[in-house]
Amino acid sequence: MPTDDVDVPLLQMRNVVKTFPGVKALDGVDLDVRAGEVHCLLGQNGAGKSTLIKVLSGAYHPDSGEIRWEGELLHLSGPQSAVAQGIATIYQELDLVGGLSVAENVYLGHEQSTAGFGRRTLTTKLVRAHLLRLGHPEIDPSMEVSRLSAAQQQIVSMARALSYEARVMIMDEPSAILDPEEVAGLFRLINELKQSGVAIIYISHRLEEIQRIGDRITVLKDGVTVGSDLKVSETPTRELIKLMTGRSIEYAFPVRPAIPADASVVLEVDGLSRPHEFFDVSFTVRAGEIVGIAGLVGAGRSEVVETVFGARRAHRGTVRVQGRAVRNGSVVAAVRAGMGLCPEERKAQALLLQEPVYRNVGIASLTRFATAGFTHDRAELRAATRELDAIQLPRGQERRIISGLSGGNQQKSVVARWLLRGCKVLLLDEPTRGVDVGARSDIYRIIRDLAISGVAVVMVSSEIEEVLGLADRAIVMAEGRVVHEGPTEGVTERDVLDLIMRGDAA
Amino acid sequence: MSDVEEERPAGVGVAPASSGSPHGRRLGGFLSTPAGRHTGLGAALIIMILIGALTAPDRFLAVSNLRIVLSLAAVIGVLSIGQTFVIIGAGIDLSIGSLVALCSVFATTQFTQNMAGSSTWWVMVLMAIVVGTIAGLVNGLLIAYGPIVPFIMTLATMAAFTGLAEVVSAKKTQIVQDNAFQGFFNGSVFGIPAQVIVFALVAIVAWILLNRTTFGRRTYAVGGNPEAARLAGINVNWHTVLLYVLMGVCAGIAAVLITARTTAGSSNLGSGYELDAIAAVVIGGTSLFGGRGTIVGTIIGVLIFSLLNNVFTLNNLDSSTQAVAKGAIIVIAVLLQQRVARRDTRT
Repeated sequence: MPTDDVDVPLLQMRNVVKTFPGVKALDGVDLDVRAGEVHCLLGQNGAGKSTLIKVLSGAYHPDSGEIRWEGELLHLSGPQSAVAQGIATIYQELDLVGGLSVAENVYLGHEQSTAGFGRRTLTTKLVRAHLLRLGHPEIDPSMEVSRLSAAQQQIVSMARALSYEARVMIMDEPSAILDPEEVAGLFRLINELKQSGVAIIYISHRLEEIQRIGDRITVLKDGVTVGSDLKVSETPTRELIKLMTGRSIEYAFPVRPAIPADASVVLEVDGLSRPHEFFDVSFTVRAGEIVGIAGLVGAGRSEVVETVFGARRAHRGTVRVQGRAVRNGSVVAAVRAGMGLCPEERKAQALLLQEPVYRNVGIASLTRFATAGFTHDRAELRAATRELDAIQLPRGQERRIISGLSGGNQQKSVVARWLLRGCKVLLLDEPTRGVDVGARSDIYRIIRDLAISGVAVVMVSSEIEEVLGLADRAIVMAEGRVVHEGPTEGVTERDVLDLIMRGDAA
Repeated sequence: MSDVEEERPAGVGVAPASSGSPHGRRLGGFLSTPAGRHTGLGAALIIMILIGALTAPDRFLAVSNLRIVLSLAAVIGVLSIGQTFVIIGAGIDLSIGSLVALCSVFATTQFTQNMAGSSTWWVMVLMAIVVGTIAGLVNGLLIAYGPIVPFIMTLATMAAFTGLAEVVSAKKTQIVQDNAFQGFFNGSVFGIPAQVIVFALVAIVAWILLNRTTFGRRTYAVGGNPEAARLAGINVNWHTVLLYVLMGVCAGIAAVLITARTTAGSSNLGSGYELDAIAAVVIGGTSLFGGRGTIVGTIIGVLIFSLLNNVFTLNNLDSSTQAVAKGAIIVIAVLLQQRVARRDTRT
């Protein structure tokens, strides 16, 4: 009977439950995915998206509920059985083997062979066909994967999905590692896949992307489906945010108070250069001011901030804090001079994942809570808790192991680290990356409050709106050079885009 | 790194023992806490004692026997404590066995030949420790600023220190005929052997250093996430140097203990001790990836091996069987710890 029904979903999940000790990660999830549609999966961090992906890719077995494939009950015994069924996952952190060639990666695990001997010519031919179908014939199948860009590696990952004749492709935040131009390419590709009948489950934090390519949306919150089969064209963004957060929020940026005319210059960067990264970057930041650095990925923004902080050695140029030159290439000197950095890659660069929150906060101020090298654990806990309270981290989190916190709360903890240290200059690299929509406004408010208290703030962001909404002054970078510097008042997103495009063309 | 959970449900790792979870899981949750892990190790220790008491009832539980067990544990114990710091700091030191020999022959040769009768025994003790410190400094500086991978660097110095020890001693055993030295390190206070007292003192200082000082906090940070430690303003390279210096000091102390026990300095001393020390540290629950580990765990690890040794000797079993048992214990201990750790992160 179901086969007669044209509208039977390709993939269907009903009331799927997955429990871990102490927590229900999925508590009754429904999902209907039809062939040839882009189905967006939305939800805050911890809503259950990752668990859902792992159930669909065969990595987790659901405790109860059912998964149907073209109406038939489907049992996934493991990752291999999922790909064999035609469900492929393009992970955020691409799961390719860097030392192998493109062709070898595509057919990894199901090599084309006769009696154990690999058939290289056939493999190359097949891979070339997949790449052509994906619109990227320029990728050489014999190329080593580690030498490809992130965007190209993503294409290889998709070619692998095609090699399994995948009919459902799960894409976990595919745009996170791409710059806007590459994102446009990705969207073209998704459209073509869709035309050929492939269903795509698309996961992204960026709501505007969903408006551009999505057909239908399923929203998860706390492991439950709170919105299913919403048509993108008929669902306003505000409604989606409301479903995800349980409250309706606007991106409310905090009010910008005028900076006192006598506010002193705290940070002076003069003629900073690093070969192949950025050239002759100069700017100043006054106490109480937020300076935002906008630009595309690869414009050299993170590199500038890390060099200011001494994590990279400047080839040329100086950095001064309150008039005093800071020793080049020394984080220790930068911290001593009163700088703090919240780096872009939180897990890799900022967090001590095995330690409790308060120790992550206290790590930059160890000597303050010690006499002759002996630590005062309680004093540290008290002081860290005070800072965490000030930035409104929910109570009772300070003793938890930090890896269990949400992205937003982890970010707040890293900010608290520098608050506790009492920094004069705070450098923030993508402060809202991996932070869910609800926690963003908190982060914005914290940054503004910090500035009001007299800290000089430098913020790098890929979201132009964020720079314009939060910062007092904006620096626009393109191709390693500063192409614009000025107040954000009255500047529109369009203006900044024009500047970037002109800078790139130059 | 691929199995890092993006979306870990709330409450993980804090109180895994939730309502309705089966009994085994609750036990697993307890065992994954530091206290629980030590309880598991303690249980293993008690099993060793029971085996000893059952197979050689009269001799095993004799006070004199326990004194011997603890005395023999002292040298490896002091080395293992140094190694614990290095491994928590995500390093490893393979050179310590050779270093024990070098410290021992240098100190004894200088003392008996060049300074014969002109100085007191503690000068010899000091010399052993100074040699250990310098050797640790060499290891640390090259590892941190070379930079050279710790495994390779200490593999190289392992060979070099053995060679140096042979050169210094001219491959001869240097008998130490200093009654005061022997009397001090082979004597006892209130019935407790001096070797055990030294081991205990080192353990106490190490525990305080690791748990109550900024040095200890930095050690965990540097081992757990060196990049995060660096960006938090910690001088990671210098801290790494200090860890190997500390290891060198421990090797110097271990050399003094073994020299007193054998009443001689020799380039053959300490051979293979680096592996015994690493085994004890790993059994004690310290992660070879760094950032995790305890002194108490290491001490229990050392005692387990020491008891194993004793039980085999008392039952007149040969050392080959003993080596096999030792290997089996390492594998079982690591498997059990991985089970617990996995449950800890999967949930």
